[in-house]
Amino acid sequence: MSAPHETPHATARATTEGTVYTVTGGDWDEVVQSAAKADDERIVVNMGPQHPSTHGVLRLILEIEGETVTEARCGIGYLHTGIEKNLEFRNWTQGTTFVTRMDYLTSFFNETAYCLGVEKLLGIEDDIPDRATLLRVLLMELNRLSSHLVCIATGGMELGATTIMIYGFRDRELILDAYELITGLRMNHAFIRPGGLAQDLPPGAVDHLRELVRTLRKNLPEYDKLATGNPIFKARMQDVGYLDLAGCMALGATGPILRSAGLPHDLRRSDPYCGYETFEFDVPTADSCDSYGRFLIRLEEMRQSLRIVEQCLDRLEPGPVMVADKKIAWPAQLALGPDGLGNSLDHIKNIMGTSMEALIHHFKLVTEGFRVPPGQAYAAVESPKGELGAHVVSDGGTRPYRVHFRDPSFTNLQAMAAMCEGGQVADVIVAVASIDPVMGGVDR
Amino acid sequence: MSDEQQSGNNVPSPRDDTGEVIGVRKGMFGANNGGDTSGYGGLVRTVTLPGASARPYGGPGGVFDEIADELEGALEEQGIAPGNALVKTVVDRGEITFHVAREHLVQVARTLRDDPALRFELCTGVSGVHFPGDKGRELHAVYHLRSLTHGRLIRLEVSAPDADPHVPSLVAVYPTNDWHERETYDFFGLIFDGHPALTRIMMPDDWQGFPQRKDYPLGGIPVEYKGAQIPAPDQRRSYS
Repeated sequence: MSAPHETPHATARATTEGTVYTVTGGDWDEVVQSAAKADDERIVVNMGPQHPSTHGVLRLILEIEGETVTEARCGIGYLHTGIEKNLEFRNWTQGTTFVTRMDYLTSFFNETAYCLGVEKLLGIEDDIPDRATLLRVLLMELNRLSSHLVCIATGGMELGATTIMIYGFRDRELILDAYELITGLRMNHAFIRPGGLAQDLPPGAVDHLRELVRTLRKNLPEYDKLATGNPIFKARMQDVGYLDLAGCMALGATGPILRSAGLPHDLRRSDPYCGYETFEFDVPTADSCDSYGRFLIRLEEMRQSLRIVEQCLDRLEPGPVMVADKKIAWPAQLALGPDGLGNSLDHIKNIMGTSMEALIHHFKLVTEGFRVPPGQAYAAVESPKGELGAHVVSDGGTRPYRVHFRDPSFTNLQAMAAMCEGGQVADVIVAVASIDPVMGGVDR
Repeated sequence: MSDEQQSGNNVPSPRDDTGEVIGVRKGMFGANNGGDTSGYGGLVRTVTLPGASARPYGGPGGVFDEIADELEGALEEQGIAPGNALVKTVVDRGEITFHVAREHLVQVARTLRDDPALRFELCTGVSGVHFPGDKGRELHAVYHLRSLTHGRLIRLEVSAPDADPHVPSLVAVYPTNDWHERETYDFFGLIFDGHPALTRIMMPDDWQGFPQRKDYPLGGIPVEYKGAQIPAPDQRRSYS
């Protein structure tokens, strides 16, 4: 083996597997040249796990020949946090606190899938108050917007289109403000609970949301103006990350990837939950099977989500947001105090001063939790990335026996090799961005 | 829809009394090491999963019976006795579960995918469950199959004993199960025979043990909060 050729941007060291270059920015040509001087023809490039354009700690292992990728593989697991195992050691209500952190860009979807599963096990699907269901839909659709905005923003940034990035995060910020108003948190809300919601909308929230919808309606066309007809953008996106319908079905790809292959499969339509059958919206598709098609679908889905949000706001009527069954409903009534969100003074007064039974109830539900009859259930929602399924198993105890999440990012990421092999190195970034993987969801 | 059918949908499906015993629950308040003066300490209850259902299976518009008929018919055509391949069928909470004998899993899955009346094109992966109390069937692999053509969802369940943790791989039928089976292997030690590259996917390659099994501890350290020691999550009281 020849001696490693150093460049200012790529230190080299010899290993038993060949020369290993550590590239930290700089001129790619220099690296390729120095690698070409070595007598080894095969070059394996490790992209990540900490590369800004691999969406978190995703590791791409690319075998390249010149600029062409001959083989592509994913290395995942760098963000595995054992959430599914941890769930087995908390009670059913505490579970939402964990699942909300899985795919951290689609918190409300994780929470809803989990809660729908638990509610199915409890047999209380029909007892969930309408207002709670409507607010779940509203939050999920806002969440679809904020997730797609991040996808488009980071995807644009990876192409060097920083304006799209700024615009995307600007609009996402508006949505996060709405989350903060409603749940108290910008991310990781744990707001949707088995049986309903943690609390009702605060005063002024409906007006705030209507204003938000107006603003977003004004802002969304800017993405069209910036990107949709932009020749550079199109040249980078079109025919890149190609995956046709047969490939999608075999690899289990769902969400915008499947719809970009022309199949209008959307669980909100084909297997409705949370009353989606009563909402008016369209399921956009494309027939190009490529990254550009997925971009257009995401843009259109954001408009459709705004329609659903408006319909939710029109339908909202006062009422409870938690199931009436006091053996399941979380006993606390939350209120905003001087030190943040906590139990309302009314509730404290009730349990500490007037009703011993209420105190016992509160204590039992908070420390022990409710029991869920033995059995298993599968609840699936259409997350911005595809089918998000929760397989929930109970052994009749106060803790989940097993919860497994079928995260769409995890499944869709398998399609990376099919999309990238035979293409250019630069197109790998575009293809991965169009899958929109979030490693918190992939690794859980 | 006739009246009988409607009432058939409304009443819970008749169940085998036995069901699947997965464990025994003792006591009431999680005080497992003496000191329970409540009088409930001697309480013993068996935990049973829903047992096999009898016909009719019901479902929306009797769709579960339709699926079961088609599947049994298609298996018979291939010379497989449905009774051998389908160990039992459970209808619970509006979902149908076919418990499949592991040696017939691939054939059943291929039939479900290819038969025009079934057409379960999409597999949403595999989820492992570990029931140490379900003797001889400790490890379960659970598959959810979705038919986009007919808009249906079913569940397949396969079990394997701890002593022989082998299940045939479905990658040949549903390539999407590639990573899912690796994940289930990684966490449960279920070996999917015929998988093209069954390696760990989440845990490091040299990891010892299978973390999602029930006998694998969660771990953790006690945390001090305002002077009090809070034990690690798996050391805290659990209300059996």
